[in-house]
Amino acid sequence: MKSLKAQQSILAIAQEQIGIIQYGPRADFMLEPFQDKLEKSGLFPLKPLPAEILQINIGKMCNQTCKHCHVDAGPDRKEIMTQETMQQCLDVLQENRHLKTVDLTGGAPEMNPHFRWFVSEIAALGRHVMVRCNLTIIRANKKYHDLPLFYKQHGVEVVSSLPFYTQDRTDRQRGNGVFEDSMKALQMLNEVGYGKEGTGLILNLVYNPAGAFLPPAQEALEREYKQALKERFNLEFNHLFAITNLPISRYLDYLLASGNYESYMEKLVASYNPVAAANVMCRNTISVGWDGYLYDCDFNQMLELKVNGGSQHISAFRSEELQQRAIVVGQHCYGCTAGAGSSCGGAVA
Amino acid sequence: MNEHYYHAKDLAQFANVGDFQKSLADKFFSYYGEVFKDSELTAREKSLIALAVAHAVQCPYCIDAYSTDAVEKGWSGPQMMEAVHVACAIRGGASLVHGVQMMNKVKDISM
Repeated sequence: MKSLKAQQSILAIAQEQIGIIQYGPRADFMLEPFQDKLEKSGLFPLKPLPAEILQINIGKMCNQTCKHCHVDAGPDRKEIMTQETMQQCLDVLQENRHLKTVDLTGGAPEMNPHFRWFVSEIAALGRHVMVRCNLTIIRANKKYHDLPLFYKQHGVEVVSSLPFYTQDRTDRQRGNGVFEDSMKALQMLNEVGYGKEGTGLILNLVYNPAGAFLPPAQEALEREYKQALKERFNLEFNHLFAITNLPISRYLDYLLASGNYESYMEKLVASYNPVAAANVMCRNTISVGWDGYLYDCDFNQMLELKVNGGSQHISAFRSEELQQRAIVVGQHCYGCTAGAGSSCGGAVA
Repeated sequence: MNEHYYHAKDLAQFANVGDFQKSLADKFFSYYGEVFKDSELTAREKSLIALAVAHAVQCPYCIDAYSTDAVEKGWSGPQMMEAVHVACAIRGGASLVHGVQMMNKVKDISM
């Protein structure tokens, strides 16, 4: 499967996506503006809390082309963070001790040629490093087989997508053979101690719905995952994050093509939870794009909605200025406030 | 009155039945919410039971709601279809077992 960009789809253009998300796919489709919901909850304008997490997208290149990907990542994407931009991120970390966690994402972040150097440098600064590893990259090529050991050496927290504990749902979303390779990769991670009690090596999994529906309760689902993976594959992990799909990029394309867009959005709006809204991840996170621009979250990044005011690039990072900003919101934000809420760390309410 | 008895969008209006009788609706929805919580049976198991019952009572709103709910809670298509077959078997069996009543009556009135 090609990325939307390679297909020259209009949905590869951020402004086209925003037009659909904000105003609907047809003139008589109206949803309550997200801003109004926030106002009623006493949360507008949405203000940041002190930033603790620097989430860095180090490239859109990926060995997979998942149907739901909001990044539109894939083997045909060439956008990759340069070592110069990475150094600018390191400089920011050096000067801003409140940024305690660095969350590396992509694409497959491991495909960036400077990935290992970057992880080593961040770890040397004493920061907690999370890597959003798609699992199959570990099996994709011999040069990646030692990734579990590399992660272990640097105390990296591994966060991996596994849409379900059965093959059919996983492969339908992420491609044929992904489930089998994921099981083998998890086994390799378990073998070096990841997900095992007492090792301190954290392996968290991410569930996201393989279709136009919302995630179930995270806690109950985690129990089912643990039981199923242990019984069927003798695999262990620490926690499961249940994430809601946001109507962006390939997932937006899927919703529109399958005729589910309107009912899905209505469901998100009907499930708005003010407690989840108060705890959205954009309040304590700064997202950095592959080219160094700054965003409130990874979703705004894909919609090219840069931070509102102040320094907009990592090379001109000013923590105090960013702290004063209002977070940019839109109709897509309903995805993070539905039900128990959703963030890169799962449910928030 | 609408032209059709059933409208998919009416499902989202379910809570509005309280507009005509609030106290009973409040009691019903409170009870309903309690029923579907994790307890002796998990919420996941209850979802599959609800799906089967929805088919037994042939409620299109319930089938809509619990097809989605069961998928959300991780049941697969084949598992859900087996649940529907359970409903079907019980409904079919309920008809067929009355055949015994018929046989008894036939025997009663026959030489």
